[in-house]
Amino acid sequence: MAVPGAGWEVVIGLETHVQLSTASKIFSGASTAFGAEPNAQASVVDLALPGVLPVLNRGAVERAILFGLAVGATIAPRSVFARKNYFYPDLPKGYQISQYEIPVVQGGSLSTWVTPRGGEPYAKTVRLTRAHLEEDAGKSLHEDFAGLSGIDLNRAGTPLLEIVTEPDIQVADVERAALEAVAYARELHQLVTWLGISDGNMQEGSFRCDANVSVRRPGGPLGTRCEIKNLNSFRFMQQAIVHEALRQIDLIESGGTVVQETRLYDPDRDETRSMRSKEDAMDYRYFPDPDLLPLEIAPDQVEALRVKLPELPGAMRERFAREYGLGDYDCALLTTTRASAQYFTATVAALGAVAGDRGAKSVANWMAGDLAAALNSAQRDIVDSPVSPVQLAGLIARVLDGTINQKAAREVFAALWAGEASDADALIEARGLRQISDSGALEAMVDAVIAANPKSVEEFRAGKEKAFNALVGQVMKQSRGKANPAQVNELLRARLGG
Amino acid sequence: MSALHVESLAALSRRLAAREVSAVELARVYLERIERHRALNGYLDVRPEVTLAQAAAADARRARGETGPLLGLPVAHKDIFVTREFASTAASRMLEGYMSPFDATVVERLAGAGMVTLGKLNCDEFAMGSSNENSAYGPVANPWDAAAVPGGSSGGSSAVVAARLAPVATATDTGGSIREPAAFCGVTGIKPTYGRPSRWGMIAFASSLDTAGLMTVSAEDAAWVLSAMCGFDPRDSTSVDRPDEDYTRDLQRPMDGLRIGVPREFFGAGLAAEVERPVRAALETYRALGATLVDISLPSAELGIPVYYVVAPAECSSNLSRFDGVRYGHRAKDPVDLLDMIKRSRAEGFGPEPRRRILVGTYVLSHGYYDAYYIKAQQVRRLIAEEFQRAFTRCDLIAGPVTTTVAFGFGEKAADPVSMYMADLYTIPGSLAGLPSMSLPCGFGEGAHAMRPVGLQLIANHFDEARMLGAAHQYQLATDWHRRVPAGFGAEDA
Repeated sequence: MAVPGAGWEVVIGLETHVQLSTASKIFSGASTAFGAEPNAQASVVDLALPGVLPVLNRGAVERAILFGLAVGATIAPRSVFARKNYFYPDLPKGYQISQYEIPVVQGGSLSTWVTPRGGEPYAKTVRLTRAHLEEDAGKSLHEDFAGLSGIDLNRAGTPLLEIVTEPDIQVADVERAALEAVAYARELHQLVTWLGISDGNMQEGSFRCDANVSVRRPGGPLGTRCEIKNLNSFRFMQQAIVHEALRQIDLIESGGTVVQETRLYDPDRDETRSMRSKEDAMDYRYFPDPDLLPLEIAPDQVEALRVKLPELPGAMRERFAREYGLGDYDCALLTTTRASAQYFTATVAALGAVAGDRGAKSVANWMAGDLAAALNSAQRDIVDSPVSPVQLAGLIARVLDGTINQKAAREVFAALWAGEASDADALIEARGLRQISDSGALEAMVDAVIAANPKSVEEFRAGKEKAFNALVGQVMKQSRGKANPAQVNELLRARLGG
Repeated sequence: MSALHVESLAALSRRLAAREVSAVELARVYLERIERHRALNGYLDVRPEVTLAQAAAADARRARGETGPLLGLPVAHKDIFVTREFASTAASRMLEGYMSPFDATVVERLAGAGMVTLGKLNCDEFAMGSSNENSAYGPVANPWDAAAVPGGSSGGSSAVVAARLAPVATATDTGGSIREPAAFCGVTGIKPTYGRPSRWGMIAFASSLDTAGLMTVSAEDAAWVLSAMCGFDPRDSTSVDRPDEDYTRDLQRPMDGLRIGVPREFFGAGLAAEVERPVRAALETYRALGATLVDISLPSAELGIPVYYVVAPAECSSNLSRFDGVRYGHRAKDPVDLLDMIKRSRAEGFGPEPRRRILVGTYVLSHGYYDAYYIKAQQVRRLIAEEFQRAFTRCDLIAGPVTTTVAFGFGEKAADPVSMYMADLYTIPGSLAGLPSMSLPCGFGEGAHAMRPVGLQLIANHFDEARMLGAAHQYQLATDWHRRVPAGFGAEDA
């Protein structure tokens, strides 16, 4: 059976609406906090009462500039807010203020790694067309009003950065094309949260992707595209793109033609369905908003923000690999969020240079292991970790210098997490966890175990490696877990002549 | 004190300061006159209890030792400014009875200076019109001649000041809506530089043109009130960040050496002789006062009307979209669905002129027409503004007629929108350039029009209001046209 979609190339461009993390709205002083009572956060400006005027939130502009700098885009010295006119009950003014002809961020690109199932990871760069500032609309609530609709304008006027890509995803493999789109979206999500310009909360609508999907024969002209909306998770995005590309391919192969339209993804049915076609496309009658002056951005304002730009995840991944000899997996994991990267670098710094690559690797292991598990089960963010980078470094130092073994270390970690002491050394002393590295004492234990377990000794000599492990276990038990396992191994092998 | 209403603001201010009259007493004088002259239809909302409470508050401020030239003086506001204590309708059915939760900045600033609100003034619906015939609440009469329109859109403002039903009224000017009614009613009207007074709380018609201003008896009165009214407002992004100004500072400045530009194009074939004669005479008065008249040309000014009737409707079509029946204002009964609700609410709520301009504006912004109309209009608008700047290298002020004719009769132009639009031929160019401009009474028409006033227009460069007001005041010291009161409203009407 042929692979579904074989012989077709899928072309994808993405538009992402990122809610910016300003405390107040883009053109009013009302709060942007999520979850308030309906209309409790709608000011006279958001309600579009007669006589109100918009005033641009400079914080939204700064966030747009930071984004532009992070993707290597041009920051337009002069950009223009326009009105997009259409009637809808949750659009109070009857127009949306957006940037149309001259957006604030122009060009730029985003690079990411794509890992195909069972394949080698490869780099993918997607060029950005633009990113522009605009306001969000309110919400229409169709339930609970007995045949009427309710309008909640809390979200109206929330600042958005709409980030538009070139149709740079062009892959002759449906799954792979969707994978690249998702990789881009994940990279973008990581970047905007990393920069702190958005909380990236997809459930609350802070990061919303629309995908423009078309198919063509490789090398042929671009096909007619459909825009898929409502991709509010990466999983849905993957599914929706695959579904939509196959739908278009089936349609063409069965003699039909793709109609340019907007389609909504329904995750429950795993299908897209038509919202509106180009024929009913509205004429938005864009024109520059006379209530707002053109947005002028001086070069020194851009430079002041460039200085504030943090090291970006991509650069940091490369640096971790270079400086600490960490593998791709560790580097990616440590840079999932800026907070985890900061935790890592703070812990490595507290550990000191002597620990070297071994120390860094150890920190990475702890962060991926016990720390991640503890944070996960406590539903806490790493910035709120009860075990600080200094405490974790203190613990790791004692493992590295042989004071305690791994088993004891996990016990110390749990005690630090529970707040039983402020540092590892105090716990090691209080609990007597110092491992036994005195070879005299260990030799005595080893001899006693050999004497008491002739059967295991015999089995080992007959070639059963498992029997050796049982003997090691017995010595550890004798030492109440404090024996240095490496030393025990060595001594046993010497005694048994193995 | 039987004829307080014919006194100047400065005189009333002195009386208040000397405690010869209280703010409450003064308010009562005007409230009584407003009631007596209801037939003029200048006021849309009068609430004596609100006015008297504000007056009592002003008196209390004075009793606590507060002073200030405007403390306790009455003012009436054009219904384009939103107010908390009076309904704000823009003279439209759409906003019948609408109460704003906040005051316009202009209202707030004048209240802060202690002014007492007499009520809200009639105007053309959403400030669209030149005759006040477009009000949903009936036209305003011209106090000089009952058969003549008072002008528009600020016809209520000009008529009540002419009739001395308010010593000063706020007004708004988009293409001539202060200057033309000021000329038609024989009062002093000033439109300051665009961006100088705040637009916060002005019900928007054409945002890039809408400018708050005043109707007063004299330029001196205007200078006092304008000083309190104008200033930077962070709530209006087009408000210019400059310190407040004292617009009375140049009132006594002599006219010697003042160069007055007289644009050739303002004296063309369309200008009625009965308007041209008093305007020419006013220019001669300036010459006699020591000013120099300079012949200037504004060749693109005649394109002002077509440009204006693209830009203003375009902006209006968008600005008026918020009136959809969803959150406030008129909502159609028993809508079958959402679209029906929006369509019928708007069709029922808006009168013919807003509907016409929304349609024109929607058209010129449509895909395929935008470049030919809106972009082209903006290019010509820039050209007109540049021509003014070139003219101001050769002169300090520009002077000419306000209108081509004296006030026309009711119904005369109502059937022909384009001839109505021509009423703003001389005022639109200055509006497009955002320039401050005034209308001063300078005479009357002839024959059957002997009771129809004529206005002299002054146009100054940006932010040069003080010099313009100074020149206006000097003219008014030399003439008494502005002191004339229509029969039945003067000292005898006490």
